[in-house]
Amino acid sequence: MKLSELFEQKKFVVTSEIGPPKGFHLEKILHEAEMLKGRVSAINVTDNQSSVMRFGSLATCHFLKDKNIEPVYQVVCRDRNRIALQSDILSAAAFGIENLLLLTGDHTKLGDHPQAKSVFDLDSVSLIHTVKKLEEGVDIAGNKLDGEPPRFCIGAVVSPCSEPLEPQLIKMEKKVKAGAQFFQTQAVYEVDKFVKFIEKAKQFGVPIMAGIVILKTVGMAKYMNENVAGIHVPDSLIEELKKDKEKTKSGQTGIEIAARLIKELKPHCEGIHLMPLGWDDKVSKILDMAGL
Amino acid sequence: MLTTQIKNKEEIISKLSGSTFIIKCIGCKEVLFPETEIDKFISENIEKNKITGRLKIDYLCNQDFSQAYINNHKVEIEKAETILVFSCGVGVQVMASLLENKKVITGCDTIYINGFQGLTVQNYNCAQCGNCYLNYTAGICPITACSKGLLNGSCGGAKNGKCEVNKDFDCGWEKIYNRLLKLNKKPKEEILIRDYSNL
Repeated sequence: MKLSELFEQKKFVVTSEIGPPKGFHLEKILHEAEMLKGRVSAINVTDNQSSVMRFGSLATCHFLKDKNIEPVYQVVCRDRNRIALQSDILSAAAFGIENLLLLTGDHTKLGDHPQAKSVFDLDSVSLIHTVKKLEEGVDIAGNKLDGEPPRFCIGAVVSPCSEPLEPQLIKMEKKVKAGAQFFQTQAVYEVDKFVKFIEKAKQFGVPIMAGIVILKTVGMAKYMNENVAGIHVPDSLIEELKKDKEKTKSGQTGIEIAARLIKELKPHCEGIHLMPLGWDDKVSKILDMAGL
Repeated sequence: MLTTQIKNKEEIISKLSGSTFIIKCIGCKEVLFPETEIDKFISENIEKNKITGRLKIDYLCNQDFSQAYINNHKVEIEKAETILVFSCGVGVQVMASLLENKKVITGCDTIYINGFQGLTVQNYNCAQCGNCYLNYTAGICPITACSKGLLNGSCGGAKNGKCEVNKDFDCGWEKIYNRLLKLNKKPKEEILIRDYSNL
């Protein structure tokens, strides 16, 4: 099922995310994914997230399909040139994978192979353009594909709380023009900033799913404020995490904050994308509390 | 050794608007600078009354020299809407940085620059990609100024204007956006795809 069909039916779409392991034993993440079955419309599978070498996103998506779980195949431009990217995306079509999330990707220097070459032959915009070309029955060089062309639902990302916001909007517009059909956002902790972003982004007419990352610890919040682009965890939330150490340790504070953010963001967007970063067992509880 | 070639006629013409001030750099011309083709292009494609002035500079990449030349031609440069530069990618970037409120465009693709790079240049780099993108990015090279060499905008990884790779680097695309803002321009809407075939 393409996510675009759900948006067309005016459904409020919820997705979550799993990260493949460093190794090839998938029991744990497939179990996590199964726990979310029925609670979310699809599950994103990250592609060597944070430039750390892991099990492949495409193969994980294939295993999810086998379990009747709808995957969103994340593809980044860091590790493969245009030939390999197109080849893998055609492979995804053969596996029946219909939803893609196309990103530029972090630089290799940020990960566990800082010596590796960063490819970036294409970027998020030109990758979206490339998939549109494949859908038209030609590759990016204009060569004809054999047989029926593939059909995907193309997702992209945007960072709604970035400062300055204008470059994000310019790039978002470029992605929409290239063929993006929905957006999942960077984690949102500032609802007022998100609302201001939506006021400007709604002109593009594409569904936007607000990103939610569960706050696990005070340290995590501070780390993100220092190091992660487009994220600012306000002091009030950091105070909330500090207030009851036991409650925060058990995950309860993070769950409450995430559920509250979802409730506040819901009237302003078309869906929610949860990034539990290993806390997959908390997702159901968050959705319960948020009334989803 | 320096090798530049003139860009295709259509690209240069599409970037010209209003009257034009023309700058040619002859610093490394003894090697492979297409001066004959450039003069031919100018005489065939730019009306004489649309040219506010011309300048031949020795080593455009030397900021101090170039600033002095600009000061001597203030009036003609002020009158022009477009500054058309024929030089290597470094020279164009130096000129764009000195004339931040002007549309500075390049008429050349830089193929090879080794040996001369570093002679006088401090802040700008040219990847000699043979497919100069400076006409799309307000005279700041997206290939050398962005750690990922992105052509279609910032990656979203910069924090407080600094690159995700190194907090000492400014985000190249933020610099490009800011320069475009000064020029009252939005980045081009067309999707750019890197062409490695000229390398």
